[in-house]
This record gives sequence, structure tokens and C-alpha cells, in this order.
Amino acid sequence: MAVQALDTARLPVDWAKLVQKLALPTALFVVAYGVVPAYASGYLVEAILLPFLALSLAAVGLNLLTGYCGQLSLGSSAFMAVGAFGAYNFNLRVEGLPLAVTMILAGISAAGFGVVFGLPSLRLRGFYLAVSTLAAQFFVQWALTKFGWFSNDNPSGVVSAPHLAVAGLSLDSATGRYLLSVTTVILITVLVSRLVNSATGRNFIAVRDNETAARVIGVPVLKTKLLAFALSSFIIGVAGVLWAFTYLRTVEPAGFNLDRSFQILFIIIIGGLASIRGAFLGAAFIVVFPLFLSRLGAFVFGGLFDSGVLDMSQRIVLGALIIIFLIAEPNGLSALFDRLKRRIGSRSS
Amino acid sequence: MTFFSHLRKAAIATAFVFGATAVHADEQYFPLQSYRVGPYAAGGTGFFGGFIDYLNLINIRDGGVNGVKLTWSEGETQYEVEKGVEVYERLKSNPGIAAWNPLSVGIAYAMIDRITDDKVPLITINHGRTDTTDGRVFPYVFPLLLNPYSETSGIVNYIASKEGGLDKLKGKKIVVLYHGSPYGKETIPIYELLSQKYGFELSHIEVPHPGNEQQAQWLTIRREHPDYVVLRGWGVMNPVALKTAQKTGFPADHIVGNVWSNSEEDVIPAGDAAKGYTAITTQASGEQYPVVQEIVKTVYGAGKGNLEDKSRIGSVYHNLGIVNGILNVEAVRIAQAKFGNRTLTGDEVRWGFEHLKLDPARVEALGAKDLFHSINVSWDNHEGDGYVTFQQWDGKKWNVVSDWIAPDWKLLRPIIEKSSEAYAKEKGIKIRTAEDADAVVSN
Repeated sequence: MAVQALDTARLPVDWAKLVQKLALPTALFVVAYGVVPAYASGYLVEAILLPFLALSLAAVGLNLLTGYCGQLSLGSSAFMAVGAFGAYNFNLRVEGLPLAVTMILAGISAAGFGVVFGLPSLRLRGFYLAVSTLAAQFFVQWALTKFGWFSNDNPSGVVSAPHLAVAGLSLDSATGRYLLSVTTVILITVLVSRLVNSATGRNFIAVRDNETAARVIGVPVLKTKLLAFALSSFIIGVAGVLWAFTYLRTVEPAGFNLDRSFQILFIIIIGGLASIRGAFLGAAFIVVFPLFLSRLGAFVFGGLFDSGVLDMSQRIVLGALIIIFLIAEPNGLSALFDRLKRRIGSRSS
Repeated sequence: MTFFSHLRKAAIATAFVFGATAVHADEQYFPLQSYRVGPYAAGGTGFFGGFIDYLNLINIRDGGVNGVKLTWSEGETQYEVEKGVEVYERLKSNPGIAAWNPLSVGIAYAMIDRITDDKVPLITINHGRTDTTDGRVFPYVFPLLLNPYSETSGIVNYIASKEGGLDKLKGKKIVVLYHGSPYGKETIPIYELLSQKYGFELSHIEVPHPGNEQQAQWLTIRREHPDYVVLRGWGVMNPVALKTAQKTGFPADHIVGNVWSNSEEDVIPAGDAAKGYTAITTQASGEQYPVVQEIVKTVYGAGKGNLEDKSRIGSVYHNLGIVNGILNVEAVRIAQAKFGNRTLTGDEVRWGFEHLKLDPARVEALGAKDLFHSINVSWDNHEGDGYVTFQQWDGKKWNVVSDWIAPDWKLLRPIIEKSSEAYAKEKGIKIRTAEDADAVVSN
């Protein structure tokens, strides 16, 4: 009797917690698979959601390496390029390869590459490591331009994305490409969020916080660092596939330049290091906010200035906002979000 | 939380922007993916300035094309592909789109699938993907006047004319100094083909992007001692090449520039070193042409000119923009003659471009005699047999130093078809016939 009473007494609490825990994911799921495909305009999907998803995924990948494991990297867009060109070539050269396998193989190529360029991390730290990952950036762009094989000897070096299909179902429409993107991003994000709470994830954090201490308590530092590089590059490589196949629909080496690497690094700094949510918030800020400013600027001042002046002033506004945000909350948008949530929570209770 | 309340107000304002599209009767709209900031702003402001100036001229002088007013709006791309795609998605919902003119290879590539679905023409004047010349495979893409292969052939023909004929090329030595990018490498196979055909010695030397240090390359050139150097450059690489050539003692009048190394912005920074340098162009520079004079009088006279710096009127990029304006407007006019004087669909304008035939007499009537030669686009030839000419820089301005030269189209066509047919196979595209080209979507 007593036991049963205890159980029934505990049950409602569990349910409430469960509902609270599942509310946000369920809402996101409904929006991602119900609301967006049904109601979103072509512009929202093509110009905002697709780049947002690809860059978010790249930021999740870099956050694993930089945020969790503490290894600063400026090679992100090189790994994206390896993923994109890898997927193009696997798709081109292996007849009938399913899309999912193509993407995984592309990710594995990027991971292999990441491990090679992660080797200096065994000796170098911080800014020195960042500079050595720059090598990846320049090497990849050079190799992709130099050797025509990568772009199937296309004279201009720019290749267009192949047809996308899963199990015979064409995904070439905007909605189809969106569904492919969002599914990939959700799958990988769930896996990463499990990973960072596992023993491996704690090893990453131990290496970041104090390498010597980590070694003393028996964390295999060498293996952990290389694993972080491999996993991070894998994810960034897949993000590169999404960027090229679902968003731009073309692949060219110049599209994966140093600017893109910086962009991804800024996403995780602005969003919040060592936070998966931060990667998404940062990507939203970097992708959506400039567009929002540009539309607002064109709407308010469109008749007065030409588009060049408007663009310049948007950059100034954006730069100032980044400074203000980071002064207000050095831990990024993710921490700002938490603070806001706490404030709303305390007000309602 | 005043900050957030501001944010909310701003969000409401944007919602208006996103929703605002007005319907107008009898207007033809040109969405412009321009670039006025960033590393290529010099080209962007000149080209889009000239294009807008010509559209303004048609509106002010003629009240539009047969009464259909021309409209346009700009979105800044900074020459970046993803910004170009964003602007495309933003502007494509406007009604009455005539054609897209991004003036960027990267953006054009990203748009090929999209505009083909939308059935709206994509114009890549003087650049673009060479095999889009084949209208059988690319119904909506038009590399008007000059594709990269024709440019190569035109340059070789010009060097031959300087030497006294194609047979005199035998045993001569030509070095191609190219920008280390897909653009720079694109013509390597064609130079090799022509070198075998005419028996000249050829070597290619790469300048890594951006090309602000070329000592090693020019020392190699001095060692090889070529008869001509072809400069296939871009941006800062061009003035640096000319200056380094002077330093290493290579004569500027034996350097021939390609179509992206032919502007005032390429030679003025090189100062004296550029004197005598010659470059290919499809449109001569200068203000003396009647159409440019009318723009000065009518558009700039009314204070509606687009260039801030009036000394750039008649410059290479400005005149390219004007020629681009002429070709777009005439395509609309030709399509109107068939479909009626009203707002046309993108597919109807495509038909207009596929019948864009401007012979020298018509070009003269448009006030563009000697500005450009002629064009003859057909449903399967989307380049339109553009002629090229060569201009020499005298330290102050460009002077035309050749006749209008025809590239060797017959030689190039099979190579283009091979490439476009491979593309059609890869993408599963059905090769179009003349009947397909005449079937036009009118709503």
C-alpha cells in the first residue's frame, strides 16, 4: 500500500517534468516538419533557412573542437570544401550510390583530412594551432583549383550539384532540399548532444580545461584531440555538402575561402562556446540579422542612397551590435538567452 | 526591456518589407544583382551604372519601350555567390522580370538551375560558362557577344594580324600569364589547341590570387623571351603585371590583355608602365558615340545619372553597361513585336533574345556605331557572333588600334557542343530543337 501510494504520488511529478522536457523538442519538431514545409515562402527557405541550417551544422562541428575540446581552428571552410567536393566526386564516380552513403563518405573524407591537419595540435596550442590550421585552408583551395580532376575537368572549375533523391524520391525542390537539410542537422545535433554528455565529451572538456591534469587522471590526451578533430571535421564536412548541394547548388573552391572559416568561428563566439544551442543562435544572428538589416535599410532609406552605401552602413551597425552584445554578455547569445529565460521564469512564479 | 521592444517594432517594419510587392501594368522589370562595395566595386559601379543610365535614357527619351516603362531595383552582392543567391530569391517575386544580369560567373552558375525552372533569361555578357553558348542545352542562358573561348581565338587572330597572317605565327612564342583561379585556367585547353593548329610555341604561367607579387613570374618570362605575353588577369593582378614587366624590361606593347584586363582601372594604377599596352574589348571606350552623348545630355543633364564620378562616363565598364542595356532593351523590343506591346513574361523575353539580330545598320540607328559591331543570336547560338577590337592605352585614354576581328567560331563550336552535350547527359536534359524554342510560355 505504502509503496503504491508513493508511486502514484511520484507519477504526476514525473509526467510534468517529462512534458516540460519534451515540450521544446516537440514544438521544434512540429515547426521543422509541419509548419515550415507547409507555410514557409520560397524566400524564407532558399535564402534564410538553408544557409542557416548548413552554417549551424558547421558551427556545431567547430564548437565540438573549439568550444568543448579547446582547440582553436581556422580550417573550417577547408573541411567544408573537402566534404562538398568529396560528395560531388563520390556521387559522380560511383554509380547509384545512395545519397546518405555519399554524405557519410564525404564526411569521412573530411574527417581523415581533419586528423592530418589536427596532428600539429599535439605540439601546438591556442593561436599557434590556429595559424597551423590556416595551412589546411590554403592547401585545400590550392589543390582544388590546381587539379582539374576534383571538378571533373570542368574548364571553369565550378561544378553544379547533382540531382538529390532518397529512395527514388526526388528532393530537388526547395522543400525537398529543406527536409534533407533539417533531417541531417537534427540527426547530427542529437548525436552530438549525446556525445558531449558521455565520457568522451567529458574527456574533451578535461583536455580543454587543463591538459596536464587530464593526462594525470588518465585521459588519453593524444587520442582525445585527434578524435575531436575527426568528429568535428566529419560534421563540418557534412555541413559543406549541405551548403553546396542544398543551398547554393554549385561547388567552387573560391566559395570556401578564409572568410567562411572566420564566419563559422564568429558564429560560435557570438552564440556561445561549448553550447550546442549557441551554434544555432549564432548562426541565426550571422545569417538572418544582416538580411534583416539590409531589408530594413532598403525599406527606410532605399530611395536616398544607392545599395553600396546601404551595405556599408549595415556593416557598421552589425559590427557595433556584435560589440554591444559581447560586452553585455561575453559568454554569447546562449548565456543571454538563459538570463532572459530566468528573468521570465522569476517573473511568472 | 526597451531593447526588445525596439526589436519588435523593427520586426513589424520588416514584415512590411517582406510583404510589399505592388502590381503595375505595363512595366518591364530588371532585377539587378549589383556590387558597389567590395574588391570588384570598380567593375560593378561602372557596369551597373551604364546599364541603369541606358534604361533611364529609354524611359526619359522614349517613355519606355513602346510605352512599356522599364523599372529596376538593386541588391548588393559584393560579388559573393551566397549574397547573389539571396538577392535572386528576394527579387524574383517581382512581377514582369525581363532578364537577370549578375555580371559574375559564380553567381551565374548558381542561378542556372533556378532560372531554368523559372523560365527567365540569364545574361552573362562577355563572360560566363562557355558551353552555355549552345542554346540546345541551355535555353535560358546567354553569354552574349563573347564567351571565353571566342576571346582566346580573337586574341590569337589579333597577334597573327600584327605578325602579318596566321601562317606567320609558326615558330613564334606566346606566354599566357593567368590568374590562379578557375576563371584564369578556363582557356588553357583552347590556347593549346590553337598552338597546335598554328604552330606557335606556348607556355602558361600562373599568378596566385590576388597577384600583388609577380617578380618570379616575370623573371621566368624574361628567360623564356617570348614574342607576346597574354595577360589573363583580374583586379590588382593587372597593374602589378604591367609594373613588373616594366621593371624586368619587357615592352608593354607586346603585352595583350584579355577582356577582364582591359579597363581604365587596370592601367591607371600602373602609370607610365601601361603606356603602349593593348587589350581586347567588345565595346570601344570613349564618349564620342551618339548613344553615350545622349546619355550625357538627357540622363546626366536631368541629374539622373548613375555614376558619381562623371569622368568615368565612357570608360570601358560604363560602355559595357550601356551595350548590355542596348542588348536587353532590344531583346524586349523584338519580343514585343511578336507578342504585343505589354509586359512580357520571362519566356517571351527569352524568345526575344533568341531573335536578337542587330546588324551594323541597326547598331548605327541605335547610336552605337563603332561602340560595338553587331550581334546575331539564334535559338542554338546564344553568343551571337560578337566581333572584338583592340585598344591601346596611350597613358591617358584607350585608342582603337584594330579593325573589328571575328573569332574562329567554326573551330570552337564542336568543342562547345561536346561540353554542353556532356552536361546534358550528366543532368538528364533533353536536347532542344528549333520547334521547342518556338514554344513560348505566355503567362
